[in-house]
Amino acid sequence: MDLRSIGEAFIAWLQGLGIPQGWVLLINWLLGTLIILGFALTLALVLIWLERKLAGRIQDRLGPNRVGPFGLLQPIADALKLLTKEDITPADADRITYNLAPIIAVFHILMMFAVIPFADRVVGANINVGVLYLMAFGALGTMAMLMAGWASRNKYALLGGFRVVAQLFSYEIPIAMVMMIPVLLVGSMNLNEIARGQGSLFGLGWFVWVMPAAFLLYLVAALAEGERAPFDLLEAESEIVAGYNIEYSAMKFAWFYLAFFLNTWILSAVAATLFLGGWQGPFVDRIPALGVVYFFGKTFFMFFLFAWIRATFPRLRIDQMMAFCWKVLVPMSLALLLGAAILVKLGQQLAWPFAVTGGLLFVMNVVVLLVTLSLLGRYTRTLHQQQNKRLFTPELPRL
Amino acid sequence: MIAQQYGLVGVFALIAFLFPIVTLAFTWLIRPKRPNPIKQSTYECGIETVGDAWVQFRAQYYLFALIFVVFDLEAIFLFPFAVAFNKVGWFALFEAILFVLMLFFGLIYAWKKGALEWQ
Repeated sequence: MDLRSIGEAFIAWLQGLGIPQGWVLLINWLLGTLIILGFALTLALVLIWLERKLAGRIQDRLGPNRVGPFGLLQPIADALKLLTKEDITPADADRITYNLAPIIAVFHILMMFAVIPFADRVVGANINVGVLYLMAFGALGTMAMLMAGWASRNKYALLGGFRVVAQLFSYEIPIAMVMMIPVLLVGSMNLNEIARGQGSLFGLGWFVWVMPAAFLLYLVAALAEGERAPFDLLEAESEIVAGYNIEYSAMKFAWFYLAFFLNTWILSAVAATLFLGGWQGPFVDRIPALGVVYFFGKTFFMFFLFAWIRATFPRLRIDQMMAFCWKVLVPMSLALLLGAAILVKLGQQLAWPFAVTGGLLFVMNVVVLLVTLSLLGRYTRTLHQQQNKRLFTPELPRL
Repeated sequence: MIAQQYGLVGVFALIAFLFPIVTLAFTWLIRPKRPNPIKQSTYECGIETVGDAWVQFRAQYYLFALIFVVFDLEAIFLFPFAVAFNKVGWFALFEAILFVLMLFFGLIYAWKKGALEWQ
């Protein structure tokens, strides 16, 4: 039942055929790559259908229902249509950058699939800098969008590109700080180790219970990083038409679309791995293949949450969004990080059991969250009072 | 063992980079190609753009980019600290707190100077 043992048996079988060691490794890498890439591309089609159907149901519509049962074949029909469409490059565009941007957009998102642990040690590359790797390739996606916006030589696209820089780079700070907290608690950047480190206390060891405020902060920042409502300022139709990808058509547009959906899934998968225990669940130590079920359950739960929020919330104003990041999320993430570091160090020095440290971390999180919310509430109240003073009060008609 | 894992990353990077290129080349074979000047104009289906898009833009974006670089570097320096956290003593923790606080005061300075206001 262990998926890992299938891989090891396959390697042993290849070696038994008398193939030299180097070739066995290469075949293994190629096979792993193709499996993960095939999975990622199939997943994109499923996600597009899922999100459209969910958004449809939430907004009291039917969603796609024409092509195939429940409209399941709709994304395939869309993909075929996009494949055969004429590809237009604007005459004024910077051709090299313009054509390179969608390629990098797909490249960065596919690369992130290589380190996601689907079950215990069932992972493309079990590297020891997993979290840093995810952050690095996440930043590459921002580059692709900026390139697209700049190279299109369109004012809307350029504005979209600059909003990408402003928004995604700003929200990368709190997300990096918050991703550091699981690393701190486990003492490793390896994603598989982080998932394993949450196995204690029968599910209460998940970092979402230990650090609930950090998880909420990740959720908010991930909404912004995934360019989703209420933070989809960089593609606000009513302001800048479609943002950075406005000049793109046919397959190049399809690549941006695919990168967008896979990005959300990756953010869900990272949330599941860092905070929801990854592949941890009941009986997973006896039947390791169950880890895949738990991992996908948690990831799709997070994806559902993101789709739900996107279908429900209106868009924020850009100054509100930037202020919320720099004045609320960044100080809050720094406070959480320092609080976690001090408490964990205290727990180590005084040799507390994990339950005590975890409980104290939980209390610290709740305190930080309450302080932040009360400060925000006070600020909002003063803002309302100022606005009410400025309100135009019409004179009553004289009788 | 570690070299094996990074080998997969290398092969993965190669294929993940070639895949979109190959697909784009494939669509180039099967798609119609009938360009004309109107179709290729910037913002084809809308109002014609007035002036060039590549103009000077506001310094605001640079300001945010600068603050981002400072904090991202902080994150990069803190990651090794977080990994080695179980092995280091109180002194390293104290240093990390000092490091974060220095940047935090920097953030407050930028805040008071109005660098975080989006106009």
